[in-house]
Amino acid sequence: MAVDVNHSVVKSADHGTMLEYSTEDGALKILGFWFFLAQDMILFACLFATYLILHNRTAGGPSAMQLFDVPGFAAETFILLTSSFTYGIATFQMRNNRLKSMLIWMGITVLLGLSFVSLELKEFITYVLQGATISRSAFLSAFFTLVGTHGLHVTLGIFWMISVMIQLVKRGLTPVTARKAFIVGLYWHFLDVIWVFIFTVVYLTGVMK
Amino acid sequence: MGGVKQFLSHFFVTGPFEIGGDVSIGLVSLAILFVLTRYKLWGWLWRNWLTSVDHKKIGIMYMLAALLMLFRGGVDALMIRTQLALPNSQFLGAEHYDQIFTTHGTIMILFMAMPFIFAMMNIVVPLQLGARDVAFPYLNAISFWLFFFGAMLLNISFVIGGSPDAGWVNYPPLAELQFSPGPGDNFYLLSILISGIGSVATGINFLVTILKMRAPGMSLMKMPMFSWAVFATCIDIIFAFPALTIALGLEFADRILGAHFFTLTGGGNPMMYVNLFWMWGHPEVYIVILPAFGIYSEVVATFARKRLFGYTAMVTSLMLIAIASYFVWLHHFFTMGAGADVNTFFAIASMFIAIPTGVKIFNWLFTMFRGRIRMTIPMMWVLAFIPNFVIGGSTGVMLAAAPADYQYHNSYFLVAHFHQVLIGGVVYGMLAGMYYWWPKMFGFILEERFAKWGFWLFNIGFYVCFMPQYPLGLMGMTRRMYTYPAGLGWTSLNMISTVGAFVMGIGFIFIVLNILSSIRHPVKDTTGDPWDARTLEWSLPSPAPHYNFARIPVIDSRDQWWEMKQKGMTKPDDSTPLAPIHMPKNSGKPFIMGVLFFIAGFGFVFNWYVLAGLGLLGVIITLFARSFDYDTDYYIPVDEVKHSEAAFGRS
Repeated sequence: MAVDVNHSVVKSADHGTMLEYSTEDGALKILGFWFFLAQDMILFACLFATYLILHNRTAGGPSAMQLFDVPGFAAETFILLTSSFTYGIATFQMRNNRLKSMLIWMGITVLLGLSFVSLELKEFITYVLQGATISRSAFLSAFFTLVGTHGLHVTLGIFWMISVMIQLVKRGLTPVTARKAFIVGLYWHFLDVIWVFIFTVVYLTGVMK
Repeated sequence: MGGVKQFLSHFFVTGPFEIGGDVSIGLVSLAILFVLTRYKLWGWLWRNWLTSVDHKKIGIMYMLAALLMLFRGGVDALMIRTQLALPNSQFLGAEHYDQIFTTHGTIMILFMAMPFIFAMMNIVVPLQLGARDVAFPYLNAISFWLFFFGAMLLNISFVIGGSPDAGWVNYPPLAELQFSPGPGDNFYLLSILISGIGSVATGINFLVTILKMRAPGMSLMKMPMFSWAVFATCIDIIFAFPALTIALGLEFADRILGAHFFTLTGGGNPMMYVNLFWMWGHPEVYIVILPAFGIYSEVVATFARKRLFGYTAMVTSLMLIAIASYFVWLHHFFTMGAGADVNTFFAIASMFIAIPTGVKIFNWLFTMFRGRIRMTIPMMWVLAFIPNFVIGGSTGVMLAAAPADYQYHNSYFLVAHFHQVLIGGVVYGMLAGMYYWWPKMFGFILEERFAKWGFWLFNIGFYVCFMPQYPLGLMGMTRRMYTYPAGLGWTSLNMISTVGAFVMGIGFIFIVLNILSSIRHPVKDTTGDPWDARTLEWSLPSPAPHYNFARIPVIDSRDQWWEMKQKGMTKPDDSTPLAPIHMPKNSGKPFIMGVLFFIAGFGFVFNWYVLAGLGLLGVIITLFARSFDYDTDYYIPVDEVKHSEAAFGRS
């Protein structure tokens, strides 16, 4: 924004001729989003710290060992990691200026995201029906908050991705739509990284005792 | 009917102060509505202010809000001091007293100091960098409106529902539902969560602005010191605020979902909250003091008419303070009993901070050394800051000594210490900045007579108010004490302190009078450079045109404008041809988003989840509506730029 018109098309050596970086406005927004991700990382770090402090405080309620279902969280992990890969292909197609193929891969990512969220919801409902609710113990409060915050991020990401897809269909690949698609991709990969930590810290350490 | 009556008697707080509050809020609102309607100003207000994305206007709105909150927090302070003036006083009820010290602290830190630094950042940073706006002007407006409606949410708690009363740190288990039922505590949590989103966005916005939008030639080491200070502050904001969001978010989950993060039952751990809170809380004090340090650097160099002494050392110490601020949080609760090893680490880390701070103090002194000092109002505030901060800093080092802290902890010694650094450091800095940049904001200079009265009363009042609190703390008077028996030897010191507080209050009235009388009889700043200053913002007319720079300047030295003046220039180079200027369009969405967040917050406060859900849904709809809006910017044609530059006598 508010950029001198003479500088509005900056070809940065680092980013070659990538469409999303081709305007100064686009480059600024991508950098800003990296800082947003940095603060989001701290947010999750605090939730992880809280979980680590509280994960043995089951107050006589169910423990991680008793609750977690290995095939369930393995499937969630597999689906989410795959969705990050499919979004990578979508970005690759964007670089090659193949809009249709890009949209298909984005659509696949959305479907994988939806199945991840449904599996997680099913997992949560199973726990709640067993009486393992957020108010049962400090462990469960920390578990639902950490995993649920990630799940909310994914849900928002799905809607966001759909809105970017609509804009891509309406306007084609422009510096603005390319930037939006790139940023939603950064967000999606970031959530994948967070999930890797959830997988390790929450689920794996939970069942390996 | 009976049900409605009962509901209303809980919803509206009743009591002499609250009814006074109701009446004055009602009267002021009516007066504002009347003036806006009578002079047909609604359209003007909406077009020029509420929908503005101009960093200068957003900065001015932040400053007005901060001054209003300074008044509100100051009235709280005077009520606290009145209650404590005499032993066994019944001036306030105990519960009411708890509410007053809670809102005093919350408002002063989060709704006075924060918006005041955001005001200075907004008004000055783009002008100093040679930029036409911040990196994300629309986001900047969202930040402001989230702050504003967050502050409103906390302020209405006084008359609707009841104010929070668990202290500004809101520690569990006291702040949990079991011990603080009712909406008061929810007001605290929601208002800070909402305005916190805005603060993080401001941090990101200014970090990107400083990294990417400096004028050509301005390397980081040629950047003015205030912008450096803001850079350090932004890093602290981005990496500290998430901890506050989590601390308050989890406490909120305890209160509305029945979770067990910080409860005494169900395996919760209240100390986890205290740790998370201060992981934000300590960087937070540097978030508010570093911009003040930046302002002192600018003002000292201008009025000593010398280059800032030790620029590199200043930058280094800023960054050291910013980073070290993450390693000291535990000194707020040495008495938790974490063990000698942990306490030692945090004690030494806290004492370490005195070193870069000392470097800065000496650099300001050396800047003044052999300078031709002009005793203007901003300079007077700087000179008053130095002894004040040295005393506050020394008592800070005393508090940092962990074994001794067991004696000082939560006593009036601590109260005196942090008021000395926060008022003597932050408030003095913001006032210096306000007087210094006022001509740049409004095009006229604040007159000196009332300003001097304000300065002296506030300053003398400060020492009379806070010096007695050090011995009171050593004599055993603890913080947040509602009242005390006679015969402890505390009475005369408390009375002196109260007198001092009222002298400060009179000082504040003089500052307000100063502003009002200067508006009535303005001394116009026609040159744009009334102080003969050094940095780029003074090369522009006052007030600066909305696009700031007709031509983006090329920078070759630290004090760019000063060096240009040394070469005999009286205005920036205007030989190159003008080009159309790319600007962001105004938008009403940030304001609407603020209102929707307010509605959602209000719903959560009273556990009206339908209202809260509707508010949040509205927020999400606004976000997507913005995403689909591609008509967000425009170009100012060359003719228009020429026309408006000519009005300033430039071409």
